[in-house]
Amino acid sequence: MELLIRNGFVYDPINGVNGERMDIAVKDGKIVEKVNERKARKIDASEMIIMPGGVDIHCHIAGAEVNTGRLLRPEDHFKDFEPKTAVSRSGVGYSIPSTFTTGYRYARMGYTTIMNPSMPPLEAKHTHEELSDTPMVDKASYPLLGDWWFVLEYLKEGKIEECARYVAWMIGSTKGYAIKIVNPGGLEAWGFGHNVSSLDDQVPCFCTTPREIIRGLCKVNGLLNLPHTIHLHTNNLGKPGNYATALETMKCVEDLATANRPVMHITHCQFSAFKGDDWRTVQSGAEDIANYVNAHSHVTLDMGQVIFTDTTTMTADGPFQYTLYELSGNKWVNHDVETETSAGIVPFRYRRKSYVHAIQWSIGLELALLIKDPWKIFMTTDHPNGGPFTAYPKIIAWLISRKAREKALNRINARARSRSLLPSIDRELSLYEIAVVTRAGQAKALGLKNKGHLGIGADADVAIYKINPETTDPSRKYKTVRRAFKRAAYTIKDGKIVVKDGKVLRHVEGATIWLDVQNSEPANITDDMKKRFREYWTVEYENYPVTEDYLAVSNPITVKASV
Amino acid sequence: MITLYPLREFKHPIIAECINPSVFSGRTSQEIEKLLVWEGNRQKTLGELFKVEEDKTADTRTIITIKGNVSRVRRIGMEMKGGEIVIHGDVGMHLGEEMKDGRIIVHGNAGGWAGSMMKGGTIEIHGNAGDYLAAPYRGCSIGMQGGRIIVYGDVGSEAGAHMKSGIIKIYGCAGQFAGFRMCDGTVYVQKDAESRIGACMTGGKIVVGGFLESVLPTFTIDTVRPKVKVEEGETVEGPLYLFLGDLTEHGEGKLFVSKEKNPHLQSYEKYL
Repeated sequence: MELLIRNGFVYDPINGVNGERMDIAVKDGKIVEKVNERKARKIDASEMIIMPGGVDIHCHIAGAEVNTGRLLRPEDHFKDFEPKTAVSRSGVGYSIPSTFTTGYRYARMGYTTIMNPSMPPLEAKHTHEELSDTPMVDKASYPLLGDWWFVLEYLKEGKIEECARYVAWMIGSTKGYAIKIVNPGGLEAWGFGHNVSSLDDQVPCFCTTPREIIRGLCKVNGLLNLPHTIHLHTNNLGKPGNYATALETMKCVEDLATANRPVMHITHCQFSAFKGDDWRTVQSGAEDIANYVNAHSHVTLDMGQVIFTDTTTMTADGPFQYTLYELSGNKWVNHDVETETSAGIVPFRYRRKSYVHAIQWSIGLELALLIKDPWKIFMTTDHPNGGPFTAYPKIIAWLISRKAREKALNRINARARSRSLLPSIDRELSLYEIAVVTRAGQAKALGLKNKGHLGIGADADVAIYKINPETTDPSRKYKTVRRAFKRAAYTIKDGKIVVKDGKVLRHVEGATIWLDVQNSEPANITDDMKKRFREYWTVEYENYPVTEDYLAVSNPITVKASV
Repeated sequence: MITLYPLREFKHPIIAECINPSVFSGRTSQEIEKLLVWEGNRQKTLGELFKVEEDKTADTRTIITIKGNVSRVRRIGMEMKGGEIVIHGDVGMHLGEEMKDGRIIVHGNAGGWAGSMMKGGTIEIHGNAGDYLAAPYRGCSIGMQGGRIIVYGDVGSEAGAHMKSGIIKIYGCAGQFAGFRMCDGTVYVQKDAESRIGACMTGGKIVVGGFLESVLPTFTIDTVRPKVKVEEGETVEGPLYLFLGDLTEHGEGKLFVSKEKNPHLQSYEKYL
């Protein structure tokens, strides 16, 4: 099918297009130079802006953890449900919607690629089953490798290349996309009821430290030439004073960077940017982190913005989730995933009038505004930890308009307001910068060559929003912007119009992206390894890997490793 | 004043949160007929299910009267902020869910979850009420936060679960687990109550005027009181045993049980 989007204001940061009136031609699911004008279906976008389809670098949408969250929270489904229509399936859930609803809601906001960031390798099959059931978007998943016993053992012995081979094997076996590290060392320690509190604490039984794990896996990432960097959830997350740990973490891989390319992505950075000694004195550490990031180019961040709402927190960081349970007294789930990782879930309500929550809200925005280069910080809520992804239009409004921020500031806790840096920040992101933080930057950080831009040959994932930048001043008319980003005028996925005016027109399956890492010398699957599977895992080696036919639509990306 | 008559006997559950004085006020009867409701999995208008009659002589438009059996209609008066609903007949689940103010009077029986998570206002039920009176939806731990519920008949299980504030008066009998996990507020049961009353309560007051099968072993006897005040102007004459609990939750809830009606609890007196 051919498609011609005419006369829209195009924002395509990867190709340097900033609001120019252009035509976009689409043929067979790709962006092309031109199409047959008479035959092609035409969309008149003369009053609209055109952006590449949105890319979300970090959102928990599938897997055992998310599903346990659904089971834990019947009250979350109760009020938010979508009836079945002629083309879409019914679904429920506000902070943890069912898979189909997740896909539809992303598509309605113009998102077309999303990344599920924490997949315990043991639960990979479950995760892929749910991802296959998430329609409308392309998706990928990051396996949790930071506390896998194999990694810990090889790093302890300093065998980086050997470690890289096993990581490659694991990424292939779980059909993963990047190396995810959560609270390195802490999850293994949690198996013994402990945690680590600094980068140089010893991990019990493995004689290694979080610093060695981070540096080791960072080197592994380089050896394997993976498109994304290591995706890191820092130690001490969610503790007052942890901005120092975050800075230390960024510093510890400084020397591994080459050619100004990032080597580390610190995810939901807001949760790692608390200054102060305890919860009463907690303050924003955003300025320190922003200063560091402004001066260095080896790290990218995402916001992890907090929304004042009732949500469900879920991470692989078991000890942190337990702390959160102790703080909130809410119902909770905590789980140790055999030799690999841990997990926890606690429902949580962020309140405007709570000092700490209001400070957290402020930190996320401060980070996004104080870091000058939008290619270094991306917009997320760490769905559903900071709030559901459906709040993205709200965050866009806060970023794009000082007025919107002031309005929200007036409603938060007074002490937090007086300590917030936001009143001193005048910066308002332009639509171009919004396109960077919501799609182009994320696609670039993920190394997705065909996503996040509208150049010739790119995947025809396009989002069209009803804003006329010539007549609308986004900073004053932030409500128009918010409305436009909430309901995309058109979402085009692989060249097909899937959403029009916020209504789902057709149900399409998205592909599951995974890395086919080709190393010259693959990992040696010895009898010893199989024996360890038999002894330490509940799943036998033969049943462990996810085969390609397990994915509904498979989209492998071949990577040539240097080992 | 608006009067609604069901046009037929309903077979499928109907979700009608629009039957609400806050929604009706300012709308003509033609507009009210066009409000959307769900019958089973079909969306319909209110006019397809009810005859809407507007009484123009009475100028208080915020009174809604329902005449007929609406026991399959759910969420009537959901989140209402004022006005009055009078129902002559039985009513379905989730009556007055999260209501903030106003009055609902039922001359009949109410289904489960009546006054669920309510924040203010009054609900009077002249018949029986179902399970989960004033209790939040499953999984949610924020129960009734204010207001009054008066039931003249019996109620089912878990009345007043997770209650945070307000008062529930039951002039009949109560089922199991009344006051489950309540942390404040008052539950008064004039007649008998089934067992496991006040399980996991951390605060608040439960008064049982009739027979109580047994007190949970995690409650400890405190004193015998001559009388207890239920609310302003209503006192229950004793003597009554006062139990404190639930100790598994380090609770400080008060459970008053009539001494006269419960001779089998006399053995507790030796711990006084």
